Parts: sequence; C-alpha cells; structure tokens
Amino acid sequence: MPNWVPACAIDDVDEEDVIPFEHLGVDYAIYRSPDDQYFATAGHCTHEKTLLCDGLVMGAIVECPKHNGRFDYRDGSPQGAPVIVGLQIYPTMIDSGTVYIDIDID
Amino acid sequence: MGRERLALYSLVGPASDEAVERGLAGAVWFKSEVPRKRMKELMRREDGPAIRDTAIWLGGMILLGAAGAWLWISVSPWLAAPVLLLYGLLYASAGDSRWHEAGHGTAFKTRWMDTAVYEIASFMMMREPTVWRWNHTRHHTDTIIVGRDPEIAAMRPARLARILLNFFGLVDVPTSFKLMFLHAVGRLTPDEAEVVPDQEQHRVYRKARIWLAIYAATVVVAVLTGSIVPFLLVGGPRIYATFMHLVYGLTQHAGMGENVLDHRLNTRTIKMCWFNRFLYWNMNYHVEHHMFPMVPFHRLPELHEQIKGDLAPVYPSIWAAYKELVPAVLKQLKDQSYHVRRELPPGAPPYNEPALIA
Ligand code: FES
Repeated sequence: MPNWVPACAIDDVDEEDVIPFEHLGVDYAIYRSPDDQYFATAGHCTHEKTLLCDGLVMGAIVECPKHNGRFDYRDGSPQGAPVIVGLQIYPTMIDSGTVYIDIDID
Repeated sequence: MGRERLALYSLVGPASDEAVERGLAGAVWFKSEVPRKRMKELMRREDGPAIRDTAIWLGGMILLGAAGAWLWISVSPWLAAPVLLLYGLLYASAGDSRWHEAGHGTAFKTRWMDTAVYEIASFMMMREPTVWRWNHTRHHTDTIIVGRDPEIAAMRPARLARILLNFFGLVDVPTSFKLMFLHAVGRLTPDEAEVVPDQEQHRVYRKARIWLAIYAATVVVAVLTGSIVPFLLVGGPRIYATFMHLVYGLTQHAGMGENVLDHRLNTRTIKMCWFNRFLYWNMNYHVEHHMFPMVPFHRLPELHEQIKGDLAPVYPSIWAAYKELVPAVLKQLKDQSYHVRRELPPGAPPYNEPALIA
C-alpha cells in the first residue's frame, strides 16, 4: 500500500534545484528537474552522512556538497567516486499544487 | 621519534581510534552562512575558464617543451635551461593544482574534461589517481585530524628533511615508483587499502602498469637517442621544477591547529599575484575551498568576498605566510602543542570549538 505524504508545494522547489523534507525524523530530498518533473530521494549522501539539500543540481544530477560525489536523482544511481552506493528513491505525485512522496518503501 | 611519529599519524594506528572516540572523525565543521540563491550562483559550473586555462597550460607545455628540447640538442643546454624550467613549472607545479581541482570535479562543467585533466595531471605528479582521489576525500572529511587525514604535510614535529628533499621530489619520486611497482603486481599498502574501497582497487593496478610502460618507453627513447632530453620532458620535471607546488602547498595548513573542527583554525587564505594564482589555480583561497569544496576555482575570489567577514584577515603575500609558518614549524620541533591561532574580526561567528576537543 502506498503511503503518500505531502512534502512541499510545487513552487517551494526552484527549477533544477533541491530542497530538504523531514518526516518522522527521516530526511528526504525533493528535486525539481529542468523539465519540471519532481523526484524524491533519501536526504543523505551514501558516502558520508551529508545532507544533499545543500548540493548542486545539474540536469538530472545532484552533486553532494561535501566531496562532490554525484547521483542521478531519477534512479538514485551513483555517478562516480567517492560515491559508490546508490541513493534510495521514492515515487512522487502532484495533487492540487502539492508534491507527495510515497514513503511506504521505508 | 621518526617511527613513533609515523605510527601516530598512521591511518590504521591508535590515533585513528582515538579521533573516532573523541568525535573528531566525520564531524560537523563550521560553515559560513551563505544564502542558498547566492550559493547556487557560486557553485554553478562553466567550461570556459578551465578550457582557457587548460589550453594555456597544455599549449604552453607543448611549445616550451619543443623549444627546450630543440635548444638543448641544437644550441646549448644553458639556453634551454630557463625554457625547460618554465615547462617544468607547468608540468610539476601547475600539475598539482590541476590534479587537485579536476579531482574535485569542479573545474569544468563537462565531466570528461575534468577526468581527462585529472588523469594527465595525476601522471605528471606521479600520484595514483584512484588512491589520491580517496586520500583527498578523506582530507576533506577530516582535515588535519591526526590518524585520519592522509595528507598532513607538516606533522608535529615536522619531518623537515623530508619536506626539504621534496622541494626536488627526492622522497616523493622514489616513493611513487616503489608504489607503482607494488600496484603493478596487484597490491596496496595498508593505508591505501584503508581508504580505497575494494571495488575500486583494480583501477590502481591497471594504471600502474600503463604508467610503467610509459616510463619504460621514455627510457628506451633516451637510450636509443643517447640523450637525456626524454627525461627532461617526461618525469624529470617532478624533480627539477616541483618546488613551487610545495611552496604553495605548505602554506595551506602547516603550523596551524590539529584536531579542530573549523577550517579557520587550520587553514590559510593568502593573497597572491596573477602568475601564482594561475599556477595554483586560485587555491590560495584555501579556507573558502575547504568550507565549500563545490565552488569552482574561478568563483573562489567571489566566495571570499562573500564570507570574508567571518574569516581572519588574509595573509598579504606568500612571504607573509612563511614568516609565520617557518618559525611555527621550527617551534613545534620542541613544543608539539604549539600552533598558530588567528584573531577573527569583530562580529565574526566564534570558532567552532566543541568542549570535547582538548
Ligand atoms: S559525503 Fe557525499 S560525496 Fe562524500
């Protein structure tokens, strides 16, 4: 069963950017791609425990602010050292201007 | 003392465990407040500045290398010497900063360009690219944390002879070759195995074999031509022109705080002239680089302007930094608790010094 949780308003995230979202003590990162789609991943980098919301979004890539490790935020795949473990991703949906993420996967 | 000191700074020794116990490993460091919008601007990637600098760097090497070789063979080694010195500075001093910046993946917007420059510069600096990528990652996580940081240039007490010899690569070059042979037979040192994940280790072995083949080819050409020119162009600069990378590099952290969680306590930012900034690729803004490693080299002056109110005053020159650094390092030979501590400007956030740090 999906567990859709409202994460933010669609305008809370700039195009090609990321913001943090916290729910029940767990950190998530919400992305808006250059073509206006929304994605969600775990909030922390898998290399060390750094919040990705301070990182840089370039196209479909998020770069971690600590060691510049990169992930494809659409599928969570690592894009080179020092990141070698993928990111957990979460389904998203938009309803009435709100971005929901399905955290059931936890 | 030598052995004890090395054991103390080893990544697999007791200091490493102690740093973990004291909460110094992977800790949260001080960062200046920069509005997200501004930070995004500062982090934005571009190819232009790095392509321009790389064209000057590699283009300069091709021209100077060709001119130096021709002068050496056809005119006089004395006339060739200054030309080859400049070639060597681009090879083994600018090579260090290109290795560094491209290793962070911030120099260019296009990823393969960063990778290409990183691989070329790693070869020039004789630093195994995979090992050093992971070493440098650790240096950023645990900057000058004893037992955690593999890149501590000036230990307490400093290995002075080693530092002085390295102005001519006399420790680094033989060590690099020793490691190249070790890697070529499919092995790593314990410190390397500590920082390089298993799934990355095969890269190390493959590259060591390629590099040894390049050096072997250089030897063959030198023997066939009966000339030392091939060595002056390949590998040699790591001895005769590497000194500037050390001149710059020592200013970064030597004589400053160990085991602190604030880059303002263990790192220097120095004003440099355009020529040094070109060779060093703006890494004179070193506090800024450590605080925000995703800001590309060409935006560091702007980042400096943004956060300078939080930082101790910049050193006005390399000379000014050395006037502090040399006495500090010498004093540490006798008193290992001594270190430089700088005053912050009025209104700056205080140093991040959690009670757990002695
Ligand atoms: S913590 Fe993210 S790349 Fe190291």
